[in-house]
Amino acid sequence: MSSSEWPLWEVFIRSKQGLDHKHVGSLHAADATMAVQNARDVYTRRLEGVSIWVVESTHIHASNPDEAAEFFDPAADKVYRHPTFYDVPDAIKHM
Amino acid sequence: METPAQDLSRDDQFQARIDADVRIEPKDWMPDAYRKTLIRQISQHAHSEIVGMLPEGNWITRAPSLKRKAILLAKVQDEAGHGLYLYSAAETLGASRDQMLADLHSGKAKYSSIFNYPTLSWADMGCVGWLVDGAAILNQVPLCRTSYGPYARAMVRVCKEESFHQRQGFEIMQTLCAGAPAQKEMAQEALNRWWWPTLMMFGPKDSESPNTEQSMKWRIKRFTNDELRQKFVDMMVPQAEFLGLTVPDSNVRWNEARQAYDFGEVDWNEFWSVVKGNGLCNHDRLQARVQAHEEGAWVREAALAHAAKRAAREAVAA
Ligand SMILES: [Fe+2]
Ligand SMILES: [Fe+2]
Repeated sequence: MSSSEWPLWEVFIRSKQGLDHKHVGSLHAADATMAVQNARDVYTRRLEGVSIWVVESTHIHASNPDEAAEFFDPAADKVYRHPTFYDVPDAIKHM
Repeated sequence: METPAQDLSRDDQFQARIDADVRIEPKDWMPDAYRKTLIRQISQHAHSEIVGMLPEGNWITRAPSLKRKAILLAKVQDEAGHGLYLYSAAETLGASRDQMLADLHSGKAKYSSIFNYPTLSWADMGCVGWLVDGAAILNQVPLCRTSYGPYARAMVRVCKEESFHQRQGFEIMQTLCAGAPAQKEMAQEALNRWWWPTLMMFGPKDSESPNTEQSMKWRIKRFTNDELRQKFVDMMVPQAEFLGLTVPDSNVRWNEARQAYDFGEVDWNEFWSVVKGNGLCNHDRLQARVQAHEEGAWVREAALAHAAKRAAREAVAA
């Protein structure tokens, strides 16, 4: 008798219409249909969602946290991307 | 004097992040001991939620009304959910689900000793919700701010659900205490049996809990066992009084100077005996888990076979 584990799925839930799907956790299921059903029972017992996405965990590719400093560095010295960088004269309204 | 960050060892940098209340996430570097301790703590917690379904499951078919049955069913289903949130948090640290279950089934992994006590009367459903879930809440609320991100997020979800558990238990006690003398007696008798085991849920005395210091430093524990036990007594004594019940401890007395209740000493021999496997239900609980797992094996295999067959069929069609 084989005892191979059901694959792991990451679960994303849209809590209400108009909002993004947000990662909530993971679960095991034999296939995508079962993963969606299990996600409903595990993560939305109190109407926490109106839509569920599941993605097999092996399909998630992520940035490397050990290289986060270098990786996000290009954005670190560009303060002029923010509106607060600019002095708006007091006389100017609605800007 | 300030030390530049690059001069600190990896362990010191890690501790500095924790001290600054920066959450640790799954792929971040962490000391092996932190990972191991967390896997043990989270999986033990998950096992407790899963085994915790058994004492209450015992009463689902015998609940006194359809309303109580629906509530109890929903509560037990929540506990299954808690176990699953926690197993998935432990898996982010590299633990495998199969291994965690194997460790539970072989007796290698522990779960909370409270679930090794039997649930003998309907009033036990009241005491479990009111006292046991009440103690669990005290343990769990501080863990919503624990240093490991997935654990903290799982605990936030758990805590949102726990207060219904405690309230439904308290309501059962309230109903019994407002009922016939025999019902009130049943409530008192259940309290007599659950009070001390619930105090044991907070674990050994601080002086006998050598890992507390490291765990507090890592912020995977935020209060000591004795601090939480005191808080629990301070919360529960007035609630028992409200119900018209007596806590089975003749040493319970308000201490004006400490602004807290004094209370008697837990029977630590009983505590260690149950931890070591000699409680009334240790054997039954494990056996029930193992049996459920083994009898479900064919379902798990069939589901995988079905998924593989369907995937193959879809591949041909494409
Ligand atoms: Fe729970
Ligand atoms: Fe609970």
